[in-house]
Amino acid sequence: MSDHSFVRTEMLGSQAPPMMEGSVLGWIRYNLFSGPLNSLLTIISGLLVVYLLAEILPWVFLSSWTATSLRECREVIPLTYGEGTTGACWAVIRERYLQLFYGFYPRELYWRVNLTFIMMLIALAPILFPKLPRQMLYFSGVYPFLGYWLLWGGTIWTPFLTLAGLIVGYLVFNFLNEKRGLLIGTIVGTLLIIFWFLFGVIPVSVFLSENVTPLAIEIVESEQFGGFTLSVIIGATGIAASLPIGILLALGRKSDLLIVKSLCVGFIEFIRGVPLITLLFVASTLLNYFLPPGTNFDIILRVVIMVTLFAAAYMAEVIRGGLAALPRGQYEAGDALGLDYWKSMRLIVLPQALKISIPGIVSTFIGLFKDTTLVSIIGLLDPIGLSRAIRSDTAWNGIVWELYAFVAAVFFVFCFAMSRYSIYLEKKLETGHR
Amino acid sequence: MKIRFLIAAIAAVFVTGSAYSATLDDVMARGNLECGVSTGLVGFASPDAEGEWEGFDVDYCRALAAAIFGDSNAVEFTPVSTKNRFTALAAGEFDILARNTTWTFSRDTDLKQTFLGINFYDGQGFMVRADLGVSSASELDGASVCIQTGTTTELNLADFFRVNGMSYEPVPIEDNAEAKEQFFAQACDAYTTDRSGLASTRAAAENLDDYVVLPEVVSKEPLGPLVRHGDDQWADIGRWVLNALIIAEEKGLTSANVREMASAPTNDPEINRLLGTEGTYADMVGLPNDWAVHMIEQVGNYGEIFERNIGVNTPIGLTRGVNDLWTNGGLIYAPPYR
Repeated sequence: MSDHSFVRTEMLGSQAPPMMEGSVLGWIRYNLFSGPLNSLLTIISGLLVVYLLAEILPWVFLSSWTATSLRECREVIPLTYGEGTTGACWAVIRERYLQLFYGFYPRELYWRVNLTFIMMLIALAPILFPKLPRQMLYFSGVYPFLGYWLLWGGTIWTPFLTLAGLIVGYLVFNFLNEKRGLLIGTIVGTLLIIFWFLFGVIPVSVFLSENVTPLAIEIVESEQFGGFTLSVIIGATGIAASLPIGILLALGRKSDLLIVKSLCVGFIEFIRGVPLITLLFVASTLLNYFLPPGTNFDIILRVVIMVTLFAAAYMAEVIRGGLAALPRGQYEAGDALGLDYWKSMRLIVLPQALKISIPGIVSTFIGLFKDTTLVSIIGLLDPIGLSRAIRSDTAWNGIVWELYAFVAAVFFVFCFAMSRYSIYLEKKLETGHR
Repeated sequence: MKIRFLIAAIAAVFVTGSAYSATLDDVMARGNLECGVSTGLVGFASPDAEGEWEGFDVDYCRALAAAIFGDSNAVEFTPVSTKNRFTALAAGEFDILARNTTWTFSRDTDLKQTFLGINFYDGQGFMVRADLGVSSASELDGASVCIQTGTTTELNLADFFRVNGMSYEPVPIEDNAEAKEQFFAQACDAYTTDRSGLASTRAAAENLDDYVVLPEVVSKEPLGPLVRHGDDQWADIGRWVLNALIIAEEKGLTSANVREMASAPTNDPEINRLLGTEGTYADMVGLPNDWAVHMIEQVGNYGEIFERNIGVNTPIGLTRGVNDLWTNGGLIYAPPYR
C-alpha cells in the first residue's frame, strides 16, 4: 500500500527562466530578430528611422524663436548654428500663437474663451466619467446656453429665455402626455417651443433688457471668431448634436412606420451622397439666395448646422450597424417584458448597440473635428485659413511647414485624447460579450 | 379668403424685407463700414499679429471709412474667398468688396456689380530662374511652366504660346502657396501668374537675385473695388473716394501736409474744392465737408498707400510702372473734382 516511493513529498523550487526569456535581450531576440527575414526588415526599418530623425530633428531644433520675420530667420540661423544650416522658423508661432488659438477675438476678452473651454471640460466630465456625482449633469444641460452667452456676449436674457422655453415645453409635454396621450403631448409641446423660438424669445428678451435690467456683456461678432476657438466651437457643437440626431435617425431607419422610415432613409442617403464641402458652399453662398436680402443668418451657425447634419447621417449608419449586430432575441426580450418602444430601446437595445458602435462613433467624431478645417475654403479663418492669412503677411511670406506642423500638433492632441478615451470606454464596458 | 390674406401678408413681409435701403444710411446707422477683403494676399490684405488688417486693398476700405466717419478704424473686415466673394456681396454681407478683383464684362453686367474704378493695373507675367539666362518670354520655347489650374491665367498662357508659335509643358498647380514650393524646388522652369503675385512670390525666395521677372505682360487684369448694382449714391461715394486719393497724389497732398493745406484756401481751386475750403461739393454726395482731409491725413494719398504696402521699399518691391500717375507716364488718372 505505502510503497509509492516515486511520489514526491515536497515541491521543487522554481527555476530561473531561460536566459532568453523575460530579459531585454530576449525580447529583442524574440520580437526583432526571430529569423533572417525579420532581422533584415528590422535593420532596414531602423536605418530608415535614423535617417528620418537625422533629417527632421536638426530642422526642429536648430531653429529660431526670436526673429521677427522670415528674412531675419534666414539670417540668424546660419549665424547661430554655422553656415548652411536651414532650421525651422518657429518665431512665427511665437508671434502668432495667440491668433492661432483665439482668432480675432478681442484680446482683453480672452478670459471668456478660456472660461468657456474650462466649463466645457467640467460639463463633459459627468458624461464621460459615470463615477462623478450625477447632479453635475444639470450643469451640462445649462452649459450650451451659458457657453453661447459667454462667447458671443450680449444680453443673458436670450439664452435664458431659450432654455426656459425648452423646459416649459417639456413640462407641457409631460402634462399632456399623462392627460391626453403621447401624440397630443408631442405635437403641442413641439409647436409651443417652435412658436416661442420664432416669435417669443427675441421681443421678450429685448423688452426685459430694456425695462428690467440688461445683464449684458460686450458683444463679439462672428467675424472675430477664428483659429482653434472656431474649430472647437464647430467640432464640439457638431459632436454634441450629431449623436442624439444620429440615434434618432438610426432608430427611424429601422422603424416599421413607413413615413418615418422613408424620411430617415432619404435624409441619410442624400447627405451621405453629397460631399461636405458642397454643403458648406450651400451654407455660405446658396442660402443667401433663398433668404430675404438683409437677413443676418449667422455664418458660424449656418456652418454648424451643416456640419451637424453631415455628421448625424454618418452617425446614424454607424449606430445602425450596432443595432443590426444585436441578436434578435434582445428585441424580443424587450417586447416580452411588456416594455413600450422607447423603454425597450432605452433600457435594452441602445445600451448594447451603442457599446458595440463605440469605435465607429469615435471615428466619426474625430473625422468631424478634422473636417472643421474645410471651413477655410469658404473664407472662415480656422487654423488652416489663418495660416494662409499669416503667410500673406510680408514678414512671413514664404513660410509653410512651421505653421502646418503647429496646427497638426494641436489637432493631434485633441484627436489622440478622443481616441484614448474611446479605448478606456471600451475596456470599461467590456462585460463579456465575447 | 383667410388663406389668401395670409399669403399676401407673407409676401408683403418678404417684399418689404427685400427692398434695398440706401447703403450709406445703413452704414451710418451701424456706425462702421463692412468691407470684404481677401483671406490673405501678400501686400493686398493680411492680418498682423494684433489681428489688425493691413494691405493695399485694406487701405482703400480704411480711406472710405475715414471719408464717411472721419475715422479710418471704423471698418470691419470680412475675409472672403475667390469662390464666395460675389455671392456674399450680392447677399449684403458687406457694403463693398475690395479684393483684387479683375474688372470684366460679365462680372460688371451679368453678376450685377458696379466697379468703381481701377486702383491697380495688373497683368499676367512670367518669372524664371536667373541661371536659365532667359531675358524675354519669347525665349521660353519648350519650357516647363508652373500654372494654376482652372484660372484665366491658364488660358492666357495657352494663347500666348500659340500666338508666338512656341510649345510648353504645363505643370499644374493648385494654389499660389504650392506654386511657390514647386517653383523654388525647380519643378518647373517658369512660373506664370499676375505680376503682383510674381513679385510677392519672388519676395519669399531665400535669395531674390536667383529669380527674374520677365518684362512681357500677356493679359490685362485691371483690379478695383466694387459694390452691388442698385445704389448709385453709394457707388458714387466709393468711386470718388478712389478718385480723391489719386487727385491728392496729383496735387501733392500727403498725410503730412493735408491738415495745413486745409487750414486756409490755397491758390489751387481744385485743392480747395476737395478739402472743403471752397464750395459745398461734399454735400452733393452726402459726405461731411472735410471728408477728404480726414481720409488723406489718416490713410495718405494713392502713392503713399502704394509705397507703404507694395512699393519698392517693401519686401514685395513693385515699381509704380503702369500704376504711376498719368503725368508720370502711367495709367492712373482721375476725372476732375469739380
